[in-house]
Amino acid sequence: MTIVAPTELDSDPLEQPLASGGRETPRRRKRKSKLPYWLLVPAVGTLAIGLAYPMGWQILNAMREFGLRQQFGQPAPWIWFDNYTTLFSDSFFWTVVVRSLVFMAGTALATMALGISLALLMKAAPTWARLVLQSALLLAWAMPIVAQMTVFSWLIDPRNGVLNYLLSALPGVDMIGHNWLEAPLSFFFVASVIITWASVPFVAISVYAALTQVSKEMLEAAQLDGANARQTLVHIIMPIIRPVLIILLLLQFIWDLRVYAQIRLLQDFGPKGDDYDLLGTYIYGLGIGQGEFGLAAAAAMIVLLITLCVSGFYVRELLREDAR
Amino acid sequence: MSRTTKRHVAAAAALIVALIWAFPVYWMVNSSFLTPLTINRLTPTWVPFGGTLQNYREVTTETPFFAALSMSLMVVAVALVVCLAFATLAALAISRFRFRGRKSFVLTVILVQMLPAEAMFIAQFQMISGLGLLNSLAGVSIIYIAMVVPFTIWMLRGFVAGVPIELEEAAMVDGCTRLQAFRRITFPLIAPGLVASGVFAFIQVWNEFALASVLLTNNDVQTLPLWLRNIAQQSNLGAPEWGQIMAGSVLVAVPVIIFFVIVQGRMAQGLVGGAVKG
Repeated sequence: MTIVAPTELDSDPLEQPLASGGRETPRRRKRKSKLPYWLLVPAVGTLAIGLAYPMGWQILNAMREFGLRQQFGQPAPWIWFDNYTTLFSDSFFWTVVVRSLVFMAGTALATMALGISLALLMKAAPTWARLVLQSALLLAWAMPIVAQMTVFSWLIDPRNGVLNYLLSALPGVDMIGHNWLEAPLSFFFVASVIITWASVPFVAISVYAALTQVSKEMLEAAQLDGANARQTLVHIIMPIIRPVLIILLLLQFIWDLRVYAQIRLLQDFGPKGDDYDLLGTYIYGLGIGQGEFGLAAAAAMIVLLITLCVSGFYVRELLREDAR
Repeated sequence: MSRTTKRHVAAAAALIVALIWAFPVYWMVNSSFLTPLTINRLTPTWVPFGGTLQNYREVTTETPFFAALSMSLMVVAVALVVCLAFATLAALAISRFRFRGRKSFVLTVILVQMLPAEAMFIAQFQMISGLGLLNSLAGVSIIYIAMVVPFTIWMLRGFVAGVPIELEEAAMVDGCTRLQAFRRITFPLIAPGLVASGVFAFIQVWNEFALASVLLTNNDVQTLPLWLRNIAQQSNLGAPEWGQIMAGSVLVAVPVIIFFVIVQGRMAQGLVGGAVKG
């Protein structure tokens, strides 16, 4: 087993020999070739049309005003950073930002905690039980988002949903007819549960894969030295699988910030309105709902910035992998 | 606790968790076979004994299911073919050559995968609408190809790097041209990689909802996720036809579940990629 040595990580990965094992000669020979650029043309062209151009549009139009007159064909005037100031001085915008960040952190941390616990459980359970659990997790992981939302809407259906039925079977509880999506807090709780249900499998299976890489000798050595289970976990296992945990946590942060589809679908099947918005649905409402393209573009730039901050760390980790 | 008791407890816990996690999926399948009468009873029906295919029949004939299916298949086909072709070329470039700008390209490929739909979809909507391509196969395909190309390049890069360049060189020494060497030596060796990344691209495009909801606003031009949303939404106005909605969900989910089970090992690898290496 090899674990990335810290010294290796600190140097610039792309300056090191490339993946196929550091054979420098063939590369040096081809360094002058124009061929790689030609090979990149289609991919770069696609990204330029599908992403770079819209991105440019967004940066520029975040600085223009789109009002009622623009809907009748007037050119949008330049107002520079007014859209950003409008957003920043709008208390509802801040409510949505804070709500989204809290939602992101809560869901990501719950997912990590559950995922790690399930991975440890898989390690402790006999092989047949682990395989059963892994198959169940795989099923949940494979569910398309829209199907996840329809199924959970059915599970929590106020009248015939199985959740309310089971809860009402408890003595002294009557939940029949309870609408889980009505109160905003409950709405976000449901959304968070669904997203956690769908993301735990990836975390659990990845952490389990990392756990199997921890060498038996090391664990035995720890045991011989008198470490108990908790000490082994905290001082031996956790430090070894730390790189995987960090990458997983960052991915969860990134993914739980982009939950437009889930929130939108839950709104479609349940209540609608500002109180149920996170950043994605808020931007959609501003831009496509109200035609406020300038404000929507500015808000989207802010989401982009938040995402880039989180991804910065993730990219660093992945670039290390490219170096191998 | 003795060692064996511990294992028994762990096994029992694993089974309970497995039950909880698989239950929603089971419930979807179960409900899809129940008649409206059974499904609307106050006590749930746990096993669909004497089930019916009525829901499947109704949801495929009374709604534009086949129109949505063919739209989805067309979008997937166009996106897959173009994306795999472009990504293979790019993967060859970054894993076979060292050139000025390589680092920035790799960085872009990684960063772009992090972009959430919500950070871009207003601008993409404006662009596609400006081109007059809203509600068209071309419009949604352009955006989807740009969406899946980065991940595909990233995945294929590993496969191409796994084929030693010496193999190609040996073929060229034996008289192959560079193109022949690629076609006869490298291409067959990266074929499994193409299949795997193709399956991922398929899953992403097949499931995509956010961009489709913005770019395909006309109810006559829908992909399957939009179709499923619509039947769930429409029946929400009256009493929801849960049996039909679940049948629709099964139809959307089953292809993904099948493909997913085939390639999931690689998925985890691609994302966490060798942070702890065996």
